[in-house]
Amino acid sequence: MNRRLGALLLLMATQASAEIPEAERRSGYHDMGASVQAMQDDDMANPAMLWVLDGEKLWAQRQGAAGRSCADCHGEPSRMTGVAVRYPAFSESASRPISLDQRINQCRTEQQKAPAFDYESRELLSLSALVAMQSREHKIAPPDDPRLRTFLEAGAATFNRRQGQLNLSCAQCHEDNRGKRLAGATIPQAHPTGYPIYRLEWQSLGSLQRRLRNCLIGMRAEPYAYGAPDYVALELYLMKRAAGMPFEAPGVRP
Amino acid sequence: MTNALIRLPRSVKRGEAFEIKTLIQHPMETGFRAGTNGTTIPRDIIEEFLCTYNGVEIFRMKLSSAIAANPYISFHTVATESGTLFFRWTGDNGFKVEETARIAVA
Ligand code: HEC
Ligand code: HEC
Repeated sequence: MNRRLGALLLLMATQASAEIPEAERRSGYHDMGASVQAMQDDDMANPAMLWVLDGEKLWAQRQGAAGRSCADCHGEPSRMTGVAVRYPAFSESASRPISLDQRINQCRTEQQKAPAFDYESRELLSLSALVAMQSREHKIAPPDDPRLRTFLEAGAATFNRRQGQLNLSCAQCHEDNRGKRLAGATIPQAHPTGYPIYRLEWQSLGSLQRRLRNCLIGMRAEPYAYGAPDYVALELYLMKRAAGMPFEAPGVRP
Repeated sequence: MTNALIRLPRSVKRGEAFEIKTLIQHPMETGFRAGTNGTTIPRDIIEEFLCTYNGVEIFRMKLSSAIAANPYISFHTVATESGTLFFRWTGDNGFKVEETARIAVA
């Protein structure tokens, strides 16, 4: 085989696996303007803190038929340190991985005996922001759990599969064209380091699944229903792809 | 209950300028957007923000539809004496939030 062809095949092979090496992983934070970075850097300017305040109130409220608060069982929110960076995680009762939002709702329904919060509701976002914030500066550390393997593979396949009317894959934008411009925005590497985020475009806090929904609509693909196993598998893969990166939730994004 | 965050230094030297930062939860609905059924979503904004320092007005701001949700306002004033800063946000639909913060001047 001639050397040029060999090099080309090697290039294609690396493109197919296409995972960004740890040293080159870069948070979307670095792709945004200085003024948005300043909002994230200062808790007084970061509107997500308004949700965290609600989260603190909810944490302490006795709710549901069990009449227990999160605090009654878990103590201070700081006891959640290091939790968000290892979600999604495998749930015995669901027999599949669940997101942090779903884990919180599991405690709502099973422990508090209260109705689950709706996805993207102020309550669920507030609690997940509070829990996520406890892991700031911690490295993303997906669980090394063999039960997750097939789900992880499914997430990776979704990430690399062309879909939608534009026939694009996530990888084409976020790996092959990362750092380039798309209609005024720099294409980030798509790391889930800051979720839930306060997005200026939303004028609100939103989950990673809401962000993924935006990208799917942009590709003219059909978004999944919130909480769908497909989203959780994608989240799982995104966390693995971002392993070792410092967590920065709740982040701010344009 | 509306969440509001206020930050200022706990103590300042007399005659020195210090920064006051405020952040408040509010949708700042412009009054220009159409809802799902085509009708206009009524305006719901904060119209005015006021700050007094021991009863003396030191900052007042008119807000408009062009200001984003959850307005962040920061400004400076000069430390004169220890006392109370009073903050008031007022707006559409009888919106009114009042907060106070203490400042020690050495
Ligand atoms: C056409 C290009 C394109 C495709 C295809 C695309 N995205 Fe995105 N994605 C973007 C852009 C551009 C942004 C940043 C948007 C902004 O800042 O306004 C983004 C943002 C993101 C973010 C947020 C990163 C951060 O820093 O918070 C994630 C996560 C993400 N995309 C994941 C995905 C996934 C998963 C897919 C496939 C289902 C996908 N994207 C498909 C262009 C794309
Ligand atoms: C009646 C007790 C009880 C209540 C009330 C409760 N939890 Fe839990 N929670 C648990 C138990 C037990 C676990 C499992 C602990 C384990 O696996 O080590 C758990 C696990 C969790 C986890 C996953 C922790 C991890 O390490 O993976 C999160 C997140 C969580 N709870 C959040 C909440 C929130 C938020 C609330 C309030 C809405 C709440 N919990 C209310 C008992 C409770």
